[in-house]
Amino acid sequence: MGVKKTKIIKSIKVDADKCMGCRACEVACSAFHATPKYSSNNPARSRIRVIRHPLEDIYVPVYAGEYTPSECMGRNTYKIEGKEYDECAFCRASCPSRDLFKEPDSGLPLKCDMCESVPELDEPLCVKWCMVDALIYEEREVEVDEDEEDVKMEEMEAGIESLVDKYGLQKVADILARKSQKS
Amino acid sequence: MRYAETGFNLEIDLSRGSIDRVETDPKDTELYLGGLGTNAKIMWDRVPPEVEPFSPDNLLIFGAGLLCGTPATGCNRTIVTTISPQTELMAFSMMGGFWAPELKYAGYDKVILRGKSPDLVYLWIHNDKVELRDASHLKGKGAVETAELITKELNEPNAEVAAIGLAGESRVFFASIEQGRSSASRGGVGAVMGDKGLKAIVVRGTKDINVARPEEYNELCNEVMEYIQFRNENPIPGVMPILAGIGSPQEMKVHDEKWHTENFMWGNSRVRKRDFWNEEIAKDWKETMESMQRRLISCYNCPMTCGATIQPPGKPTYMMKCFSKLTYTMAAFSDLEFGLGIAQSATEYGVDAFSAPQVMAFALELLENGILTDKDFPGMPEDSEGRFEWLLDTIVRREGIGDILADGTYWAAKKIGKGADEYAHNNIKKTEQLPLKLSMLNPIYFLMYATGEKMNITQIEGQFPQAPFATREEREEFVKDWFQVPDEKFKQIFLDWEFRGENSMPHYPTVQMCCDIVDWQEKMHYIDDALGMCAGLSSFPLKPPYHIHNYPKFISAGAGIDMDEEKLTQAAKRYRTLVRANNTRRGMRRKDEKPPENHWKKRFPELEEELLSTYYDFKGWNEDGIPTKESLHELGLDYVAEEFIKRGILKDDEDAPAQ
Repeated sequence: MGVKKTKIIKSIKVDADKCMGCRACEVACSAFHATPKYSSNNPARSRIRVIRHPLEDIYVPVYAGEYTPSECMGRNTYKIEGKEYDECAFCRASCPSRDLFKEPDSGLPLKCDMCESVPELDEPLCVKWCMVDALIYEEREVEVDEDEEDVKMEEMEAGIESLVDKYGLQKVADILARKSQKS
Repeated sequence: MRYAETGFNLEIDLSRGSIDRVETDPKDTELYLGGLGTNAKIMWDRVPPEVEPFSPDNLLIFGAGLLCGTPATGCNRTIVTTISPQTELMAFSMMGGFWAPELKYAGYDKVILRGKSPDLVYLWIHNDKVELRDASHLKGKGAVETAELITKELNEPNAEVAAIGLAGESRVFFASIEQGRSSASRGGVGAVMGDKGLKAIVVRGTKDINVARPEEYNELCNEVMEYIQFRNENPIPGVMPILAGIGSPQEMKVHDEKWHTENFMWGNSRVRKRDFWNEEIAKDWKETMESMQRRLISCYNCPMTCGATIQPPGKPTYMMKCFSKLTYTMAAFSDLEFGLGIAQSATEYGVDAFSAPQVMAFALELLENGILTDKDFPGMPEDSEGRFEWLLDTIVRREGIGDILADGTYWAAKKIGKGADEYAHNNIKKTEQLPLKLSMLNPIYFLMYATGEKMNITQIEGQFPQAPFATREEREEFVKDWFQVPDEKFKQIFLDWEFRGENSMPHYPTVQMCCDIVDWQEKMHYIDDALGMCAGLSSFPLKPPYHIHNYPKFISAGAGIDMDEEKLTQAAKRYRTLVRANNTRRGMRRKDEKPPENHWKKRFPELEEELLSTYYDFKGWNEDGIPTKESLHELGLDYVAEEFIKRGILKDDEDAPAQ
């Protein structure tokens, strides 16, 4: 109890006011994630995309986040400083409603991995290639209690309860038994 | 596997509506690289000199540069090639923006169009799916507006659109093709597109472009990026701000326009306003620019932000390119607010921002001098600004006098007669030039102007300083890190170059030195146009990140073509000569290689003839500027020599280079 440990949180600060829409970030990302590394270029494979409407002065670099199998029920628009943004402009999901963040051949979802690799890079490549500093890499150490990292039992219980409600106790128990045998 | 290029062209016959995907010969890439080089080869093979600009047999080629689509910073150029209605020669206008890389990602290096569509159409390229679509609803729409409408109707926000406006549809001889924040403006390529009944080419591509040696190529790209950073932080001392940095001239960032407004000519390229710039104007113009400019913007994969989105009061936002900032303002004797406003209409109509203002100023001069009368300008307002707006509208609609003016100053003067040609005074090869009138002949510029075939403004400048530096110390400082020179001798030429005395213009640099300098500058422009590189990062500014020493490495590691400086120099010479061969076959001769009479006040006719003769000889051309049989043979262009002989352009026994 009470043991502290540190964790590094990696983040990219996006300053959309500085972006001028050159898409160098997309170029760098797709080259870095090619196999072999740097062998091919294709912004459609990039895990960062610039949502770009020059005439409306809209430039939003967005990183690929989680995959979602279904699109939103409704899509809102936001008006910020007189400019109207589609909600999707800020959304990181690889989602059926758009062609961003999917492998163009297979349709498999893509997700930003902060260019984690061996040997390690100083910063994600998109940040390095963004010479107008619209993308700034930040690392911060946070201290967390070891036990805070542990699972919150009540939350897990609630989750299992809903599974039991939906599928019945027997099925859930069977799956748990099978899982525990495997591990 | 093909590297850097896709190995496929799209062949579109607009008369028949046929679309073919054709594999190209990798041998041609080795010989002519890509972009302009391979465009010139296709023009030579398929467009004989009998073909008129507005014939269905004229080709309109959109060629992406060889390295477009790779991570090479600033490599995003499309070279548009056709027979120009204005010069009746081969045009190779270049545009930046986002279109060329997108075409590569769609799986094609070029789009080659022939024939004429009976109805207005646009071409939609989405990877393997390519179709001609009805564009009747886009008739008369602006170029920027068209791009917006098409991406909406296709629901493809990431598609890139190259479109013409009303000027192209009306076959205005100086109509442009607009794309993103760029345009292919020179030579009337937009008029040929309009003549073919093609409103736009829309591209969306999601395929890979491969490079041959990935690690090595990545390293080269990193070096260039680091050098760009270095150059941005270390402007060249001792030259005016506009020459100190890299990129296109930074017209959207630089507010101090003293140099342009006091040294360039106003009106129809005649009036110099020596004391124009003052604090009040500086403040006023800065306010105008800041109130209308929304953001500085770049082309694909480039950090230079040479362009800007501009929103004039009461008009839609548009994207402005460097010097169009001042061309309308100065031609109309007006202010920046007017210039930024009319450029919005001009961008939508799609006209060249060098030719269009001069054509309008030319018309007003003819009116002032009684060659044209008020009857020719029915309903034209009294004020200069109103007149320019009125003239632009009549020209792009080809109404009344506008129909004559739409052919540019050279052809309009011919039609108008009555001595009008005296007023079409700023042309080379029938094309309106920079409105610049200087005092002492600059021998380097003389050759760049005279022998240039692109008729493009940036192509007359290069990596050698435009004027000597005042002190030897400054010159020594300059050459210290001047590693871009192809040979050490250029440093010595520059070190010895003085404002006055024996080593000053026009007799120094010597004729031979001028040939070397011009050849170097020209070579870099031609390499850029084949690779698809922006001149602003290479052939145009002093000490650029791309140069003759790293280009061969880029081509080797990128395209997998074994390349060194000598081989690259030879390739560039080959397709440069092929461009000249195309034009020679169309009748271009020494008599056409003339800067405007009044470009310099102090002219040296004998020296100029010597410069031209010596340069021709240096290039392997005869006294009339025609490539000789021998030099064609050296370049592997025997097929050109054969045709020259067949057509009586060269005689079998009269091909020795001029002495």
